Amino acid sequence: MSTLLRQETIRAGDPFMARINAGQRVRLVDTEGNEAVDTFFFNAEDPRERYSAVDTVRRQRNVYLTTGTELVSNEDRTLLTIVDDTCGRHDTLGGACASESNTVRYAHDRKFMHSCRDNFLLALLNWNEDFSKRDLGPNINFFMNVPLSADGGLRFADGISGPGKYVELVAHMDVLILISNCPQLNNPCSGFNPTPVEFLLWDA
Amino acid sequence: MPSNAFLLEERIPAGCHHALLLKRGYALRLTDLSGDGNVGLLAFNADERSERYNMADTLKAQHTHKLALGNVLYSDMGRPLLSIMGDSFGWHDTICGTTNAAMIEATYGLNDFQLARNSYYRNGRDGFLMELGRWGLGRRDLVPNANFFSTVTVDDEGNIGLSESSYQPGAWVELRAELNVLVILSTAPHPLREGPAYPEGEIEAGVFWAGEVPASDLCRTACGENQRGFENAEAWFALPDGGPKA
Repeated sequence: MSTLLRQETIRAGDPFMARINAGQRVRLVDTEGNEAVDTFFFNAEDPRERYSAVDTVRRQRNVYLTTGTELVSNEDRTLLTIVDDTCGRHDTLGGACASESNTVRYAHDRKFMHSCRDNFLLALLNWNEDFSKRDLGPNINFFMNVPLSADGGLRFADGISGPGKYVELVAHMDVLILISNCPQLNNPCSGFNPTPVEFLLWDA
Repeated sequence: MPSNAFLLEERIPAGCHHALLLKRGYALRLTDLSGDGNVGLLAFNADERSERYNMADTLKAQHTHKLALGNVLYSDMGRPLLSIMGDSFGWHDTICGTTNAAMIEATYGLNDFQLARNSYYRNGRDGFLMELGRWGLGRRDLVPNANFFSTVTVDDEGNIGLSESSYQPGAWVELRAELNVLVILSTAPHPLREGPAYPEGEIEAGVFWAGEVPASDLCRTACGENQRGFENAEAWFALPDGGPKA
């Protein structure tokens, strides 16, 4: 019988960071549907080891994340495994939004909108000032739909998630989870209406 | 671009690492002489090296997962580092990263320095680190690299595979620097390449002067996103040493 250790609501547009120990199980719930949850992981004991999107894709020979996907580090070790997924597919190639990329993707006047990079940097620096932008890399976008096409295309499409859909992961080592509940208002990744997500942690 | 016009030229054997400082307006022409080559590439703003090539920003700004003529390699700061101003190849991989020692041994067998001296089987991760270390950079800076001369296709279910069309002897690509760029290269084999024979071909790396970017430039005009990206790059140089030009 597993014990619920922690349950928190991450408000729309907010950062979140927590430690997850080996063997613990985490669930992220898309409470209202179509909310991109930008997520990154570090080895808690050696944060130079971090989630690697390309090693995850390369090892499973597939670009989408779902039940059974091992989230692989830059040292080619498994950080966590996705053990349950009621959404079906998650992105790891679209990265996080930032002021700078917003000026490129949309318009120069979008520079001062809130972004996942702002959340990531704030959460990291509040956690430990040894962190910096250099510690970030392409993240996971849970509940976000970024289809790739056979002719080489990539686009941000309407979400395939819905209210109450969730993803569950088990940690293989002690990790830090870094989350930005995505505030993007310029594309459909959060349905043009960012909403809260739920974080739950069990001991097993 | 005739090779006799190169200002700098290097031939990089398969598996090795190399770096060069490519100032704004210069271009690097890479040629896969054997057709079996792969060039892993990382790029940094040489004036502020926390700014670096960002795979995800490059892909989503240009709605692509391949790199080809007209694409640019974006930094994480909304500026193009390198523009693909010429390309005979057509589809360069962005989503597979590089190899490590265990992957190379699993694919090609154990062939380390003690056994093989300088024909030992090198891997991309170690090569990148050995080169990054020369420039004061390290593991934190080893982000997902681009892989030139390797084509990786994706099917409707998301499954990936290395395409046979990656084998193109003499294929070349020209990368023009839009900032002052530190380019880090590894010629280790692509992570999806199959064994058992470790590649042997050389990569030719030649530098030439590409000149000012005209308003009609192919990369700049490829999409509205790139127009704004080039404007961001110009803003980086908006305060020249010694004050504004008359």
